[in-house]
Amino acid sequence: MRYAVYGLVVVLIIIHQDNWLWDDKRLIFGFMPITLLYQAGISMGAAFVWFLATKFAWPHHLEEIAQESPAQESPAPESGETE
Amino acid sequence: MTQLVIIGIYLSLLLFLGLFSSRLFKGTSKDYMLASHSIGPFLLLMSIFGTTMTAFALVGSSGEAYKEGVGVYGMLASSSGIIHSLCFFLLGIKLWSWGHKYGYTTQIQFFRERLESDRIGIILFPILVGLVIPYLLIGVMSSGVVISSITEGAFENAFAAYDYGVPPWLGSLVISLVVLVYVFFGGMRGTAWANTFQTIVFMILGVVTFFVISSKLGGLQAASDAVLEKNPSKLMRAVDPKDRERYAQKYKTWTLIAKYNYATRILKTLELTPEQKAEAYKEFKPRMPNWQMTAEALYAAKNNLYELSAEEVNKALLTQDDRVIPDPFPEKYQNGLMSHHELKEYPRKANAEKEKAMLIFGGKIGHPTHDLDPDDPSKGKKWTIKKALGVYRASNWAPDAPHPMSKLVFLTYFFVPLSVGMFPHLFQHWLTARSAGTFKLPVVAHPLFIMIVWVPCVLVGVWATSATLNGAPMFPPHFPANAVLAAMVKKMTSPVLAGFLTAGILAAIMSSLDSQFLCIGTMFTEDIVVHYGGKDRFTDKQVVLMARMFIILVVAITYGFSLLEPRRVFTLGVWCFSGFSSLFPIIFAAVYWKRLTKLGAYAGVLVAIGSWLYLFKEAKYALNPSYTFLGMMPVATMVVASATAMILVSLITRPPSKETLVRFFPED
Repeated sequence: MRYAVYGLVVVLIIIHQDNWLWDDKRLIFGFMPITLLYQAGISMGAAFVWFLATKFAWPHHLEEIAQESPAQESPAPESGETE
Repeated sequence: MTQLVIIGIYLSLLLFLGLFSSRLFKGTSKDYMLASHSIGPFLLLMSIFGTTMTAFALVGSSGEAYKEGVGVYGMLASSSGIIHSLCFFLLGIKLWSWGHKYGYTTQIQFFRERLESDRIGIILFPILVGLVIPYLLIGVMSSGVVISSITEGAFENAFAAYDYGVPPWLGSLVISLVVLVYVFFGGMRGTAWANTFQTIVFMILGVVTFFVISSKLGGLQAASDAVLEKNPSKLMRAVDPKDRERYAQKYKTWTLIAKYNYATRILKTLELTPEQKAEAYKEFKPRMPNWQMTAEALYAAKNNLYELSAEEVNKALLTQDDRVIPDPFPEKYQNGLMSHHELKEYPRKANAEKEKAMLIFGGKIGHPTHDLDPDDPSKGKKWTIKKALGVYRASNWAPDAPHPMSKLVFLTYFFVPLSVGMFPHLFQHWLTARSAGTFKLPVVAHPLFIMIVWVPCVLVGVWATSATLNGAPMFPPHFPANAVLAAMVKKMTSPVLAGFLTAGILAAIMSSLDSQFLCIGTMFTEDIVVHYGGKDRFTDKQVVLMARMFIILVVAITYGFSLLEPRRVFTLGVWCFSGFSSLFPIIFAAVYWKRLTKLGAYAGVLVAIGSWLYLFKEAKYALNPSYTFLGMMPVATMVVASATAMILVSLITRPPSKETLVRFFPED
């Protein structure tokens, strides 16, 4: 399912390039330019795909990793030593 | 004045919120910079969204839609809905987990450890601050323009040079100071709260603005129908034949005016007699305030009253469009006529527009509520300087040529939203999250929120191209794109509503400025002062004080830049985002590619910033809004060049140590 979600993201990226509406000036519902409506649909589609991502591709292990060692009140170890 | 009072009350409310949130301040630098990792899903969504939606989203999107049409939404907004959430999902959560585990506050701290390089901060710090400054500039500049436009005529005697309204420099200064105060006292918690409050304000008021404006235009359908009839190209990404024909006709007439003016004013080889002028006016139907010039030019052309050589015609076109005449004059233009496209390659003369407009219309300029002729109120009100400039541009400069959106440009715009992955202020916001689960709401809701804000703005911008007020076009040709939204709000709503709607626009601007101010203060103290000065050398109180001082310095620098010549908000924004996007390959590789090496990252950063500087210079420092490189958005070249350099150098240099890899990729 995780790969299906990533696949949907790729599909969104591809169909975002709506060449077929390039010279279409139709107004839908009497006021909405079709190309704008289509791209607004892409935004809604994106929200749905990201909702699926939170359900089926969420990195739960990262939550556990962070909880193992909660944030320090001080910054990370002096990284100047790593050079 | 009503608008000014409402704006004042709104700014006072913000100051109160900032000061109140400071009462919850725990006094530690971690609390000041990261709100002690206490931010929940709703606050995170609102603060992240408020931060990414700036003047660019409201002022810029409506202005750009006014210039380029509805395609602007697909170009940047819908792609951002996909890419921003992708960055939150792929980068934000992982960086949050490392930040939480290892105690990072800034990007540079992460890069130093991940790349095993202390010096990476020395090149990244100036680059990141240098790229944040134009981003700040967009907000500071826009806030001044918006306040100035909306308060025209607010004062009876003061600020005559600014149409008796608040001067842009003063508006920008006040907004900078208000944001500075609540960031100064409230830190990250104050910023998150103020962002949430302001995001709610600008979203609600944005929708209200949309419906008020559409209703004034006769309803949604009437507003869009007007565009379909007068500017159909704005409803799509190609050019409608009707627009092409209208432009051809307008350009032909403009050419005649240019030739007539050159013959009468420069060469002085022609002067119409009073009888000829009377004849010219008799045949002409006035539409513009200084219509006589057009009538005379058409009359002279119709009666073959002047003959000009090709060189003279070309010089006439350059002169009429206020462009610099090249010296020596190019040989090819001594015999052949230059096209409109070629004409635009020559820069406009500085201040020519203002000087000439004042010369021609000086007598009409005054307080916008005073009558032009006190004895005859039917002649209308005095003109503002902005109106005089607008009429001058509309009646003198060449008409804008309709142009299609390039498919390659549209495609490569997709690289621009990648900038979110490298925004230092967003990195800091990610770290404020209480848990990884806190990211779920922002990831899902962000594309919807973008839609709620951008769709109305884009529609309003497109409607502005064809809107009329009392039968006359609301906006003359060459109207400044940055001022479209504020002008519509002022012209189409009551003073009370205009005041509220302006507060909404300012809310969007300030909700980005605050995070940016805070992040650069944080980077300065954490990455420079504490890192090089030594952690034990300063108390927490001193660290917070230094962060605050550096914020004041950067605000002062940004404010200084805002007083220089303004650029189109959208264009400047795209350049700023492009710079951050060009660094995206480095952050992505740092998170997902174990083979990324220190030298590979250095190569990527240097190529990114080198290509940015080169292309930015080629685009005349954002003065050329339609600049492309190889027919594509310049960002595409920058991202590919930086990724290529990073990969190649990483592959031929020593991989990171096992300790570092275990630290960042333990699951493998």
